[in-house]
Amino acid sequence: MGADRARRRAGGHATVTGTTPTTAPVASPASVLPEVPRLPDRLVDQLAFPRRETYKQMVAAFRAAGFELCADLCAVDYLSHPGRSLPVGVSAERFEVVVNLLSLSARQRVRIRVQVPESDPTVDSIVDVYPGADSMEREAFDMVGIIFGGHPDMTRILMPEDWEGHPLRKDYGVGRVPVQFKEAPGPR
Amino acid sequence: MSEHDHTHRPDEVHEGETPEEAAARYRAEEEALIAETSEGVQGLRSRTTTSAGELRQEVGAVLRLPEGGYVDPADIDIERRDDETTIINMGPQHPSTHGVLRLMLELDGETILRTKPIIGYLHTGMEKQGEELTYVQGSTNVTRMDYLSPLHNELVFSLAAEALLDVEMPPRATWIRMLMVELNRVSSHLLWVATNGGDLGSTSMLIYGFREREMVLAFFEKATGLRMNTNYIRPGGVAADLPDGWEDDIEIICETILARTYEYDELITGQPIFRERTEAVGNISAEEALALSVTGPILRSTGVPWDLRRTMPYLAYDKLDFDVIVGTYGDNFDRYSVRLNEIRESIKMIRQIAHMMPPGDFRVQDRKVTPPPRARIDESMEALIHHFKIFTEGFRVPEGEVYVAVESPRGELGCYMVSDGTSKPFRMHIRAPSFVNLQALPLLLRGGTMADAVAVISSVDPVMGEVDR
Repeated sequence: MGADRARRRAGGHATVTGTTPTTAPVASPASVLPEVPRLPDRLVDQLAFPRRETYKQMVAAFRAAGFELCADLCAVDYLSHPGRSLPVGVSAERFEVVVNLLSLSARQRVRIRVQVPESDPTVDSIVDVYPGADSMEREAFDMVGIIFGGHPDMTRILMPEDWEGHPLRKDYGVGRVPVQFKEAPGPR
Repeated sequence: MSEHDHTHRPDEVHEGETPEEAAARYRAEEEALIAETSEGVQGLRSRTTTSAGELRQEVGAVLRLPEGGYVDPADIDIERRDDETTIINMGPQHPSTHGVLRLMLELDGETILRTKPIIGYLHTGMEKQGEELTYVQGSTNVTRMDYLSPLHNELVFSLAAEALLDVEMPPRATWIRMLMVELNRVSSHLLWVATNGGDLGSTSMLIYGFREREMVLAFFEKATGLRMNTNYIRPGGVAADLPDGWEDDIEIICETILARTYEYDELITGQPIFRERTEAVGNISAEEALALSVTGPILRSTGVPWDLRRTMPYLAYDKLDFDVIVGTYGDNFDRYSVRLNEIRESIKMIRQIAHMMPPGDFRVQDRKVTPPPRARIDESMEALIHHFKIFTEGFRVPEGEVYVAVESPRGELGCYMVSDGTSKPFRMHIRAPSFVNLQALPLLLRGGTMADAVAVISSVDPVMGEVDR
């Protein structure tokens, strides 16, 4: 583990790709994929920061490049932490959708982080690339309120259907039950 | 509910009522009853009001053609009329759904056409709660998610926090963790073998599985103080060193449970009724499993040798000698044999771990991360301050984000953690294997009979605490 830690400390722990220009009509996998060197250190994931418009294209390119499994998809609300470090060229937005893809053949993970603005919290659904993202996208919609365009069944999954608000947003308070420390006054 | 008990016939006409009024009244009563039990748009709706895309998912059509489209929409009988089929509800209080899983099933006679799992009955906002608790307190929260393998949850949470903290683990802490999570895998799989037996009518298997599991839990109680939800693996190491004489306890557990697994073989593996109920029931192919992000024993039962302990080793699994168990057909029986044999592999691993257990510290000796020993507090002011700081403020974790995954008994258990530099996680997302694996249910159940549904649900091994979090 020691060598891995040292490498991580040395800073080279992620290959960051810039955003692909939206002018490119259809990007071939090679142009969208970050350079994926075969790192001996498997603890370390690759990172990719696509634009919202090219996000689905990039996911499809990764799928074609042998990332067979969509391991995880979740959304993060960065409302109270706007100054996070992002690579040059990526402007921070309030929401971020984070997709972890896994390649069984290359034993490699890649993490795709796409910025989603507060004014228009929508992003393309990747269900037709990875059907397994179905309930994960529903969860991200339910908890953070990201709307995945093209998802066949964009409904709440954990909360009741008539629930208001999205609990994992930072402006959504934590529920509290008042605790009574003294004995309640009796009826008389 | 007395007016809904249907003791009266629908066309029964009350006094002073025209037949049209009676029919309207009956329709209103029926609609009220549907509204009372409805999940709204989350539920399974009739075919006419379901979009084609959703319908395809509900029938479990997930396979992609090489050019990227879904397989064969003609295979899906969308033109089937609603009056030929029945939508029934199963759960959330059904005993064989292992908690509060609710399924809505569309049946044609005895055959299942569509399935929709409806979840969330156990949702307690644990990810939100995780943002309110410090890293020190966090492991008490995550341990309650998958209550059958609490140590795996603690492990993945601790590994994520440690990856951000960048601390070096003492070898003994790593090996104690490995010992405990493998014991936990044994207990989790034993409970699965037991309840699977129970679901298929073998109640003696139910009792035997619980009996053996109790041995492991007794050891947990001895080592950690609690049978379940132990909060034993924490960021920075483990809570306490192993108890005196642990080698003997481990040897007794290994010897007994290994012998008992062969008794299970005699009891159910070769039993004709069990084989009939499990073989070629609930089939899934490797491609379908991968498309649905299914991991763990379900994926391995299809023949894909994917086990994170082997393929992406964490802790010190690369130093152990073990086999990855795979099946061939991806049916219920393969999932049973994968799990039963994983118990044996885990016991093999536990013996190696006990043999190779290194001496040393059981937690990081960094006073900013782990509390000082109790005796030091009485004699050192500095130790007292460190103790106070850790249990009031917690420790600060550098800014960053990380995704860590371990192989839980149910599949890939991941933790995506974002830190903003304070002592509480900014975001703590758990990738729960049961939550993802449940997506395979429509596919597994499709075309099967209602009687097999119980066996198939059991073979997916959902733990609702983890599904709903």
